[in-house]
Amino acid sequence: MSNENKGVDAEIVRKIARLSRLHVDEDRLAPLADELNGILSWIEMLGEVDVKGVEPMTSAVAIDAPLRADVVTDGGVRDKVLANAPKTEAGYFVVPRSVE
Amino acid sequence: MSDLTQLTLEAALAGLKSKDFSSVEITKAHIEACEKGAKLNAFITTDYDNALKSAEASDARLAKGEGGNLEGAPLGMKDLFCTENVRTTAGSKILGDFKPQYESTISAQMKSDGMVMLGKLNLDEFAMGSANETSHFGSVINPWKAEDGIDLVPGGSSGGSATAVAANMCLGATATDTGGSIRQPASFTGTTGIKPTYGRCSRWGVVAFASSLDQAGPITRTVKDAAIMLQSMAGYDVKDSTSLNVAVPDFAAACDNGVKGLRIGIPKEYTMDGMPAEIETLWQQGIKWLQDAGAEIVNVSLPHTKYALPAYYIVAPAEASSNLARYDGMRYGNRVDGENLYDTYERSRAEGFGEEVRRRIMIGTYVLSAGYYDAYYLQAQKVRTRIAEDFNAAWEKCDALLTPTCPSAAFAVGRKIDDPVTMYLNDIFTVTANLAGLPAMSVPVSLDKDGLPLGLQIIGRALDEETVFAASAALEKAANFTAKPKKWWA
Amino acid sequence: MFTAERVADKKDWLTGNDGEWEVIIGLEIHAQVASKSKLFSGAATEYGAEPNTQVSLVDAAMPGMLPVVNEFCIEQAVRTGLGINAKINLFSRFDRKNYFYPDLPQGYQISQFEFPIVGEGEIEIEPEGSEAVMVGIERLHLEQDAGKSIHDLSPNETYVDLNRSGVCLMEIVSKPDMRTPEEASAYVEKIRSIVRALGTCNGDMEKGNLRADVNVSVRRPGGPLGTRCELKNINSMRFIRQAINYEARRQIDIVEAGGEVDQETRLFDNAKGETRTMRSKEDAHDYRYFPDPDLLPTKITQEYVDAIKATLPELPDARRARFVEEYGIPVYDAGILTADKAKGDFYERLVKGHDAKIAANWMMGDLFGALNKKSIDLDDSPVNSDALGGLLDLIADKTISGKIAKGVFEKMFAGEGSADEIVERDGLKQVTDMGAIEKMVQDVIDANADQAAKVADNPRLIGFFVGQVMKASQGKANPQAVNEILKKKLGL
Repeated sequence: MSNENKGVDAEIVRKIARLSRLHVDEDRLAPLADELNGILSWIEMLGEVDVKGVEPMTSAVAIDAPLRADVVTDGGVRDKVLANAPKTEAGYFVVPRSVE
Repeated sequence: MSDLTQLTLEAALAGLKSKDFSSVEITKAHIEACEKGAKLNAFITTDYDNALKSAEASDARLAKGEGGNLEGAPLGMKDLFCTENVRTTAGSKILGDFKPQYESTISAQMKSDGMVMLGKLNLDEFAMGSANETSHFGSVINPWKAEDGIDLVPGGSSGGSATAVAANMCLGATATDTGGSIRQPASFTGTTGIKPTYGRCSRWGVVAFASSLDQAGPITRTVKDAAIMLQSMAGYDVKDSTSLNVAVPDFAAACDNGVKGLRIGIPKEYTMDGMPAEIETLWQQGIKWLQDAGAEIVNVSLPHTKYALPAYYIVAPAEASSNLARYDGMRYGNRVDGENLYDTYERSRAEGFGEEVRRRIMIGTYVLSAGYYDAYYLQAQKVRTRIAEDFNAAWEKCDALLTPTCPSAAFAVGRKIDDPVTMYLNDIFTVTANLAGLPAMSVPVSLDKDGLPLGLQIIGRALDEETVFAASAALEKAANFTAKPKKWWA
Repeated sequence: MFTAERVADKKDWLTGNDGEWEVIIGLEIHAQVASKSKLFSGAATEYGAEPNTQVSLVDAAMPGMLPVVNEFCIEQAVRTGLGINAKINLFSRFDRKNYFYPDLPQGYQISQFEFPIVGEGEIEIEPEGSEAVMVGIERLHLEQDAGKSIHDLSPNETYVDLNRSGVCLMEIVSKPDMRTPEEASAYVEKIRSIVRALGTCNGDMEKGNLRADVNVSVRRPGGPLGTRCELKNINSMRFIRQAINYEARRQIDIVEAGGEVDQETRLFDNAKGETRTMRSKEDAHDYRYFPDPDLLPTKITQEYVDAIKATLPELPDARRARFVEEYGIPVYDAGILTADKAKGDFYERLVKGHDAKIAANWMMGDLFGALNKKSIDLDDSPVNSDALGGLLDLIADKTISGKIAKGVFEKMFAGEGSADEIVERDGLKQVTDMGAIEKMVQDVIDANADQAAKVADNPRLIGFFVGQVMKASQGKANPQAVNEILKKKLGL
């Protein structure tokens, strides 16, 4: 647990913050990198586990996906869909312009 | 009728049915307790007007000899369950004044069973935390105090639920458990809590943290109360693809099954460096109690236990990073206008999410990103398989496991923690059940040297809540834990 | 199956300033499954509804909402997979593709990344004017569509309609097996005809039912592959060809000038006929695919696949072969008549009781010509197969000649009535009364005695007499009878 992970640097923090759409102030990049490295070096111990031939467990239930019939049972609830929107107009969600 | 808030849920339901008191009376008593307990900060949103209306409706049904499993009982709802037209925050700023236009399956089932909902209970933001200190609505205070009188955390993430139940502000409360968020706060507050088998309760309408781990359950004052509440919460839901289409057994009846002939496994790996000696002692005591009650004790090994927590801290943040992408200020919740779309996203999310949530989103994003997926996420999912295999091997030898719930009792609010990992260690005994999807329950059994409650945990086979209830009830009976926090807040 | 070795025909090479090039093309077709409800919610999929009226709380990604798979969509993917001769995977899984965009409510698209429901397959295409080509299919997977962003309702904002959000798409990914714009459009046409024949997708490109992303790169003929660009969301065959032509030229110019093509996504501007870069480089994506924990793996059985196989309709290729075999029409005709289901069905109704070749000629000639001219779909044709059959009957029993029939068809197309009615009304019946014809013939011979005298030396003059008799009869005399009587009377 003591071997310090140095994998994450300020540049990587910037990249993952961007992917996560989280604004991070410039002076927080390096401290965040340290923090994440601390957590990741603790997590590194997973590498010790022999997982040869082991299937990854993606769910805690061992059933197949249930399927529903192709029937229209929903929709027609625009008021509910838009009820909490920060901004709407003419039945649309209004958001900041997404193209230049 | 001295104090209706002192009753167990079981006793209250009996009293309501035999009309010893009305739902309006017991609801008013609890509203008063909630108001007096405001400084514990257990509620984010109270809904007394509607609570009284439901109580009146319950009384009308009770008068006709009708009513459901929870008829007229004032209960609390963790603020992770979406409730129609009642603000739902998930403990976060980002949801703003979000008023769901729908009711979660669980709360809907409880309402149709006659629940009186007092309000929405505080929690760690998006259920991420072990002390209820990450809530945007402030820390919840544990009703229990040590001699020094310092405010203690109630545990998390269901800290509001645990505090409200421990402080007699409601007869029981819903909670959710992703890595220990029902059982750890139950242990910290001298209450009882069960995380059922993954898939037992519908996740529809419950704000998601980590979809493959999240499971709802109750926090109550007794094992029987938990059984009664879970009866209303559980059940197959066609709207949740991971919900299990199996019959719901009579949980309350299972509490009386006893442990005679049951094989209780003791996993040797559930000790930890620096764990207080009294927790070890308590564990031994628990073993003795169950043995005396007729159980057979067997030693088992769960060799991958120490890898559960780091695996959890990959899987949970990875799923969370994706689950929380929908909170973007576009369709609901708080929008912070920026210079452009991108800036609006970044500012809405940076200002809307607290520090711990942002940290976990970033970890999750990192472990899923190109070049790291195999080393982190895939490896963690494989380790998860190993952990599940450990349990399967143990079930060859035993019917349930007995372990401590937590490595410590409640700690001080605002305790300076430099290292997030130290905080994460709170979940070390509880996460394994989430990773493997197993039912697990924490039962309060004694006080530590500082007078703070400690719990023991029973873990059962998948879908075998009945054995968990039976063993927990036996433990509860033997421990005869009757201590109550001093009512310093009222 | 990847036929990178295949070098384009020399005639298809593009000439740069600095030698010859060939174009390498692969396509990703998004075909909307013809389901009533969405892939993961019970909201309707109908085209053209008011904004946000076909949106469930699941589609709007409200907190705590969960997806449940639509069984019909799984079935259509399997049907389509069988139709493109592909491997059906009994185990498939939905993954999340994570990225932010206002019309992507969840912040991720649910798709099948690692385990698609359909694996490799292949189809044969017949590009116009060249040999048939085999095109490999890499995979077919299911995914949800995004909503729609509308940028022209406000100068500073974008309006979002989530009606499409969650609609089920089949993404059909080809191998980079095509070499010309014509091959690419023939491929799309073939996929379109297959999904329409199967009924798995309506294939209406104008409504966005079928859209194509085109991957284009250039290389020296037979040389190493170049860097490819992805051209997004092109919704007509003509635009596909235009976009490829433009993009190939653009890449050739870059490489010949010593530059390098950036691997990027480009948008085809159909007004300008150009492609342009869509995303800035700093916005490079890392989709962080992982199994969707809200969904469990989809497992189907071989019996299920076999049961679907048993219900597959005849596909265009098989139908074409049968038309050639059964009706004895040329391969070319059969190809046209089986290009889509409606044409094949029309032909099979028409051919009953009629000459196969004449029926084919009438459809491909007069009918398709008239429909094209007016841009009318065959399904909406004012002349249906029964009506056209009625016309063919009149030709067959010699009530009217083929020539007269053309005029009758035009009137039928204009809605003036059935062939019988029009022939009756306009008095177009062939004159088959031998006495009447004999009289007309005799009149013509008498009026042209000089010519009649020369017939013995020049038998080809008979054509002149036929023409004169037909003219006199206003085209209604049976030409065969006219011919015979003329020959007899002129002593030939």
